[in-house]
Amino acid sequence: MTASDNPFTTALALILGLDDTLISIVALSLQVSLTAVLIAALLALPLGAALALWRFPGRSAIIVVLNAFMGLPPVVAGLTVYLLLSRAGPLGQFGLLFTPSAMVVAQVLLILPIIAALTRQQVEELHGEYREQLQSLGLSRRRMMPTLLWDARFGLLTVILAGFGRASAEVGAVMIVGGNIDGVTRVMTTAIVLETSKGDLPLALGLGIVLLGLVTLINAGAYVMGETARRRLG
Amino acid sequence: MNDMPRTLPTVSAPALALEAAGVVHRGQTLLNPLTLTLDGCRRILVMGPNGAGKSLLLRLAHGLLSPSSGRVRWQGRPPRQAMVFQRPVLLRRSALDNLTYALAVNDIPWRSRKPLARQALARFGLAPLEKRPARVLSGGEQQRLALARAWLLEPEVLFLDEPTAALDPASMRAVEEAVCDFHALGTRVVMTTHDLHQARRLADEVVLLHEGSLVEHSTAERFFTAPASSTTRAFLAGELVW
Repeated sequence: MTASDNPFTTALALILGLDDTLISIVALSLQVSLTAVLIAALLALPLGAALALWRFPGRSAIIVVLNAFMGLPPVVAGLTVYLLLSRAGPLGQFGLLFTPSAMVVAQVLLILPIIAALTRQQVEELHGEYREQLQSLGLSRRRMMPTLLWDARFGLLTVILAGFGRASAEVGAVMIVGGNIDGVTRVMTTAIVLETSKGDLPLALGLGIVLLGLVTLINAGAYVMGETARRRLG
Repeated sequence: MNDMPRTLPTVSAPALALEAAGVVHRGQTLLNPLTLTLDGCRRILVMGPNGAGKSLLLRLAHGLLSPSSGRVRWQGRPPRQAMVFQRPVLLRRSALDNLTYALAVNDIPWRSRKPLARQALARFGLAPLEKRPARVLSGGEQQRLALARAWLLEPEVLFLDEPTAALDPASMRAVEEAVCDFHALGTRVVMTTHDLHQARRLADEVVLLHEGSLVEHSTAERFFTAPASSTTRAFLAGELVW
């Protein structure tokens, strides 16, 4: 790392020079968050759609809990997963604590409610519009699910991106269950916290810029996709 | 225009009997219990002013709605049915995909879906639009696509809920011609409208509803020339106040 008076210049140099430490941290962050988003989406999309389509006792309670958990503090999610995965915990024998897998679990816990709750809203709205036609075609609720999820695809993509944004930007949960171990569980956010407290501002700043860029890119993607869909599909 | 292989029903679909079927929603009676039999291969037009319960009757008959009292039953095996709505509900896909979807739902083998769908598009003058997203088509095109979808289902009974209410005269004619084509191939047509001219052009039978009650059910000839009820006479004279 080159010493410089201006941490901002050094940060840019790190990014443009594809600094090894920086790249490995960014790569791990993406790997963890993308895996978490994939798992969460696979679980939450059908869950959200099912909540939109079926009426059963306890449905309202589940919806309220999901909505509340959309704002789940990451440290609480982290603590919960920590307790579950720690040696003495119920899932202790798998030895997952302080591994990227533990971080994935924590992030899934954080974003599953977001994706499920927003999916329910979108699918419910679409169902209101499609219900009579699909019923007329003779579709059961179970067969409506894939249709509604597919026809809500652009809205749902935005929802999934929102989940990814939350996963990649949070620090509390991955810090607790990952432990911020250099080269193993150090991701962008935890590295920023550490480097800032150490005083290594260029690396922290460099990671901050990458993170910000990533989040901006995702939001731009979501916006463009939403607009295109609205124009093209009406 | 019978260029499509289409199974003609050998016998007409079983009669549909509404037996004192009524609809009450949140303590409000929307449809008074009515008894009515819809049968034969006829064009049955359900008429009445806005809010008379026409759409409700259609939904009851098609099974989208369960009656609060009485019952609705087919006197025999329930026939293949389709429904065309006032505002066509089209999926967020291309025109062609909207049709192949309906075929897939009916378990038509994958290979024959596209050819069948293309034939239906061509039949309803939509062939050049097959790749266009269905929901950016014009109102008339959307309604024709909905008719093409119904056509592919080869319904023995076709329900139409004011299919021309929001259309220009040309699109309206296209819909009316389609209704006659369906009928010519042996489909029983049950259609709501508040347009007297349309009813005169199309109807074999007329059902008149007023304020949620059945006023008259008779052949078109009787309905227009010698109506039994004074309400019908007022309706025909355009004097029915609601």
